[in-house]
Amino acid sequence: MSRTWVVVPMYNEAAVVGGVVRDLVAEFGYVVCVDDGSSDHSAQAALEAGAHVIIHPINLGQGASLQTGIDYALLDPEMTEVLTFDADGQHQIDDARAMVGRVRNGNLAIVTGSRFLDERTQLGFLKRVTLRTAARVSRLTTGKSLTDAHNGLRVLRRDVLERIRITQNRMAHASELVDLLADTGLPWEEHPTHIVYTDYSRSKGQSLLNGVNILVDLLFK
Amino acid sequence: MTIILQIATVVVISAAGFFLVRSSGARHQAIRRVLLLLFVIAAASSVFVPELWGRAATFLGIGRGTDLLLYLLVLVFLAFVATTYRRFRHLETQNTELARALAILQVKEPTGAHGTSGSTDAH
Repeated sequence: MSRTWVVVPMYNEAAVVGGVVRDLVAEFGYVVCVDDGSSDHSAQAALEAGAHVIIHPINLGQGASLQTGIDYALLDPEMTEVLTFDADGQHQIDDARAMVGRVRNGNLAIVTGSRFLDERTQLGFLKRVTLRTAARVSRLTTGKSLTDAHNGLRVLRRDVLERIRITQNRMAHASELVDLLADTGLPWEEHPTHIVYTDYSRSKGQSLLNGVNILVDLLFK
Repeated sequence: MTIILQIATVVVISAAGFFLVRSSGARHQAIRRVLLLLFVIAAASSVFVPELWGRAATFLGIGRGTDLLLYLLVLVFLAFVATTYRRFRHLETQNTELARALAILQVKEPTGAHGTSGSTDAH
């Protein structure tokens, strides 16, 4: 018996999270939304859509939200893998389903999404260059050859989750997670994913200057 | 003689870096306090016996005693920044664990969820 828990970090996503959660509950059944101190009614929307909802009493950051969701999923002894999924609706359920299938049937412990394995995802030039650079940096520091190191769609098997702990609360967690996953030495493959950039998700995207903050967080941990 | 100061500078900066990467325990706190005490004594002596600082500065090849004091101040400040950064990160980690534990305890479960059998939900 295997059970997938979907971990959805969210922060002020009331407009879209209900629809996203409904689709996830229909497909996977077990969804936990970690509300990072939203000021809107995200938590209520997610709860009504059928998710378990954990509310951070204060804003801690997306990395902390992911770890909270993972801690919660680990409380369920029947959980076999966790799927991380962004609340803003930029990921595709089809991609997620295929990735979970690869973990279950392909003897893989880690499957992460990549925007660069096929031509479906439309990216601006600057964003493409930034993401490719981030992937090259993580190849240098971890030895893991990835095409996309900052994709929010991931499937992590239980034994992986028991061996990692995200300590970077803010945006640097994506790079930290690559390091942690590479350190486990468990079988890892990338899966082509389609990311749909809507005006909504674009408005929530982070500025490129934030890369400076991420770099400092990683250097002085 | 400036080589002495240069070496001292490197040593202090390395020490600051050491504090940056090591966790703060009781021993480190003691070392920090001893260093602070030394700095207080040095600062006070510069008021009462400035000629001592002048001689020390000449010995080190810096020039004036005030310059020596300024250099020391810069180094102490760097060390302060390093230890403070470290301490804030530590506090942030503790804060996160506390908030997380509290949040998980207060989880809201969807009504009538996963009702196939009474034991499916182990939370």
